[in-house]
Amino acid sequence: MLGCEAMVKSLEKEGVKYIFGYPGAVICPFFDSLLDSDIETVLVRTEQNAAHAASGYARISGGVGVCVATSGPGALNLLTGIATAFADSIPLVCITGQVESDQIGSDVFQEADVTGACESFVKYSYYVTSAKEIPRIMKEAFYIASSGRRGPVLIDIPVDVQNEEIGEFRYPDKAVLRTYKPTVSGHAVQIKKVAKALSRAKKPLIYAGGGVHLAGAVSNLRSLAENNGIPVVSTMMGISVMPTDSPLYFGMVGNNGAPWANKAVAEADLIMMIGARAADRAVSQPEIIADGKTLIHIDADTAEIGKNAMPDIPLVGDAKAILKQINAEEIKTPDTANWLRELTEYRESHGWKKKGRDGFVDPAGILELLTSSMKDDSVITVDVGQNQIWSCNHSVIKSGTRFITSGGMGTMGYSLPAAIGARKAARSKQIVSICGDGAFHMCMCELSTMMQTDAPVKIVVLNNSRLGMVREYQHYHYNDRLSAVELAGGPDLSILAGAYGIKYMKLENMDDAEETVKGFLSGKEPVILECMIDPEDLV
Amino acid sequence: MNNKVLQLLVDNNSGVLSRISGLFARRGYNIESISAGVTAIPKFTRITIVTTGDDEIIEQIKNQVAKLVDVRDIKVLEPHESVYRELVLVKVRVAPDQRQGVISIADVFRANIIDVGPESLTVELTGKQDKIEAFIALLDGYEILELARTGLTGLGRGISNVTYLD
Repeated sequence: MLGCEAMVKSLEKEGVKYIFGYPGAVICPFFDSLLDSDIETVLVRTEQNAAHAASGYARISGGVGVCVATSGPGALNLLTGIATAFADSIPLVCITGQVESDQIGSDVFQEADVTGACESFVKYSYYVTSAKEIPRIMKEAFYIASSGRRGPVLIDIPVDVQNEEIGEFRYPDKAVLRTYKPTVSGHAVQIKKVAKALSRAKKPLIYAGGGVHLAGAVSNLRSLAENNGIPVVSTMMGISVMPTDSPLYFGMVGNNGAPWANKAVAEADLIMMIGARAADRAVSQPEIIADGKTLIHIDADTAEIGKNAMPDIPLVGDAKAILKQINAEEIKTPDTANWLRELTEYRESHGWKKKGRDGFVDPAGILELLTSSMKDDSVITVDVGQNQIWSCNHSVIKSGTRFITSGGMGTMGYSLPAAIGARKAARSKQIVSICGDGAFHMCMCELSTMMQTDAPVKIVVLNNSRLGMVREYQHYHYNDRLSAVELAGGPDLSILAGAYGIKYMKLENMDDAEETVKGFLSGKEPVILECMIDPEDLV
Repeated sequence: MNNKVLQLLVDNNSGVLSRISGLFARRGYNIESISAGVTAIPKFTRITIVTTGDDEIIEQIKNQVAKLVDVRDIKVLEPHESVYRELVLVKVRVAPDQRQGVISIADVFRANIIDVGPESLTVELTGKQDKIEAFIALLDGYEILELARTGLTGLGRGISNVTYLD
């Protein structure tokens, strides 16, 4: 068997059904072998989106996403997507072709040191020198990507290694890594301490991050909250751990989050931070979550414990395993009725204030209407910019809704390719991609991927003909001296949609919103819904 | 901020040194010196890094380094529980009539003369860092042509803190 055949065979052994990629000369042996496999290739239009699509696939399937590119420019285009996945701990296996082994280092056509370039934002990387190592490396790569704190793993394979004979193909049953042994279960003594602290708390709060989704621990988290009447706030990455209609859920924390979520964080006497890292945009002053209260920090990554805030009870391990352990403990359910009432009243007396002018589509209004009209088990993929903050704060999350976005890296152009990946993971779900006009321009080449690979997505473009988030920043910090934020020059989205054979709808204001949204969501065919937003609207 | 000596045991994979030094660079940790070499079992490499930072930073460094897939073990070699050594090679310009002066300094430090040329002497010295500093300071009156230091390496005392290899 050849190395390239072993690569494909290994992917099959890992249960891979789709690869997202873009070919080139030095990855051609692999693409050739794919023809003899049931694995479907999703041909993206630029490599960055292969990584984003693989990320969307991984997040909705719960498995590992696979993206593939050629050497040099192909691999380098992948980098932003790999860094995006790394920042959000998304399990990916990224395969890049490389020039002939004996030409490495001689600056031949399309040669770039990709393992070197992405060293600081992959979980691990391999440069394959012998085809015989392919089965072992593939096994390890999938294991490393999907265990502990998840993340992208890169495998760079020279073209001659892909064409090398390996003899008989044997796939290892398990990865044996002397130096990598992630902790799964939480320390029993610490679990007891958590149970005791929870029983004593008067104002407990669960602070949930993306790690809860990654561990598949949503139902365990809901049990903990519901059985003990503990209110929940989430980070951006944690959104959809709780349905928004739950009386226990108080929204997203952070400088762009809900005031009632931040109030809950400030006033809680116990915070249980799960799969979150107290990042700068979520908690501007980490001492707020640590001083004068009991901080419990549950995370897969030891290095996150105490990085931003020093916990009283650290717990390293898999969020699902640890939540199961905690749920099995006897916890004297704290009486949180007053605490919940306090938070609920604060939310009701404050509420969101409309900032845009009449005569435009109100972003909060349209997002609320749209998401509340969606089916229960749908997927919302959200881009970066004002559209992201509006979506985070105003989406109606139902019990089975999954909300995904690029949080840590904040990579514009994520939502459409991620939605295409999500579609491959969930053939029958309703999938809506929400982006601003700036983000849409960064990924609209993928409309043809969507049409070619039968991956219909409903796309909402919140169009204010501005880079709204930067404009807003310049409004606040540069006294409205606006620089390079106006997006003129088209295109007319109705003609663009027509060019791809995609249905187009437009909302100028809120008058016909209900009917338009209904039409937009009905049926399975892809639609672009353009919503005209006040350019001066703020998040 | 004091110097701290970190001892790492890593899998001897290609690129491992660049992964570790890259992590220090990216996260803004300082490297005063770094030395590396294979252990008794060639698949493992031992790396000694001298860095600076308060306790919190050192804890972060330990956690971030331990997280790297190739890293088997990392610990701080505390001065009272460890032995440290460094090796230095110094090439000094000496006229024939100056040779004896350098040789007698070397003798006091139990250093070795490892090369003699018509106009130079090369001296090898192994010791703790303060000894090496003192030796270099004493050569002040001579012209040091070249100087090479290995950086610190060290081991913990006794057997209580040994990481056994498999």
